[in-house]
Amino acid sequence: MNHLFHKRAPITPAGWVEIEKEAKRTLRAMLAARRVVDFKGPLGWGASDVELGRADPIDSPPNAKRVQARLRRIQPLVELRIPFDVSRAELDAIDRGARDPDLDSVTAAAREIALAEDRAIFHGYKAAQIVGICEARKSAGVPLGTSHADYPGAVSTALTKLRDEGVEGPFSVVLNEQLYKDLATRTDGGYPIISHVQRLIDGEIVWAPGIDGGLVISLRGGDFELTVGQDFSIGYLEHNSERVRLYLEESFTFLILTEQAAIPLTNGGGRKK
Amino acid sequence: MASEILHEDAEKLGADVIDHHRAIASLMEELEAVDWYNQRAKATKDPELRAILEHNRDEEKEHAAMALEWIRRHDPKMHQHLKTYLFTEGAVTAIEAAAEGGGEGEGEEDSAPSKDGSLGIGSLRKAGGQDQ
Repeated sequence: MNHLFHKRAPITPAGWVEIEKEAKRTLRAMLAARRVVDFKGPLGWGASDVELGRADPIDSPPNAKRVQARLRRIQPLVELRIPFDVSRAELDAIDRGARDPDLDSVTAAAREIALAEDRAIFHGYKAAQIVGICEARKSAGVPLGTSHADYPGAVSTALTKLRDEGVEGPFSVVLNEQLYKDLATRTDGGYPIISHVQRLIDGEIVWAPGIDGGLVISLRGGDFELTVGQDFSIGYLEHNSERVRLYLEESFTFLILTEQAAIPLTNGGGRKK
Repeated sequence: MASEILHEDAEKLGADVIDHHRAIASLMEELEAVDWYNQRAKATKDPELRAILEHNRDEEKEHAAMALEWIRRHDPKMHQHLKTYLFTEGAVTAIEAAAEGGGEGEGEEDSAPSKDGSLGIGSLRKAGGQDQ
């Protein structure tokens, strides 16, 4: 048994299958950054940090003034955990063969932790020493303009900037919910705007509820690195006669290796229509 | 035809070995086709052509899976290995160590979904680019 204590939970294999299925489905649907950044791992629960290959000079050891010292720089992994309850009545129903179990608590927890990972990668998480892509490239942001018809132009401008800086594709466009909806539902000259944008890039257009605005990003690799220790896992905390308390957890960190490889799309230039 | 690349006299091989050869050759051809389509889909700038190539590529994967399943049903050793490694999570080498070293695991009814207990989400980046 590992640190997740699955076997201590009063949950049958059928119950675990349903809980995990629901969590996986939500995580896969919600996670956006994992679609555009490099993924390293999973390194396991025991992994604590990422080596940065840099070192800072520090004071010499006591009574050893001639000895030079350097302290290695590392980036620690952050542990994210969100507890949730599953009703034992619903678990019983699953064991009876119910095909419509109420696992909304699993979905909500998965959604929340997925957004947390995405926000850390896109916008940073200071307490975890993570600098976000949009945060790092704030000064290079391209305004989306005042109308939805301006979006392809903004993407094109961002692509030009990237290429001018020697960044090669393929490129993807990451958009928040509202921008994605605007692109998917609006037309320009009878042609869906999402198609205009898709023609500009060779990667995918990624729906990302965890990002403010949008992002044009290179997928060439080697620029943005998500390091995962323990990948998303469900663990057991406690139970009573009514419910079982579980949690969803992961450990990770994120490094920007080449910040020039992405350009944020900002809501500047006026509110979109 | 599969029999064109037999390495031994067909009469000495017998029908069973030749059928295995046919299945293995088919599997190789299907996976090779997946590779070709994947590269072409990645290379083209035309979204419509890319969609077609990706569709065709994914159909080849279905064919490969069917051929592999025939092999599994007719090759007990292959069945054993596939049962050990397929649809698992975590480091593949760790699974080998567990299977061969008698560590936690093989045959054990474990409610955990994978060896490390994770949901196995991993990277969601597509090899070939465009989605949906």
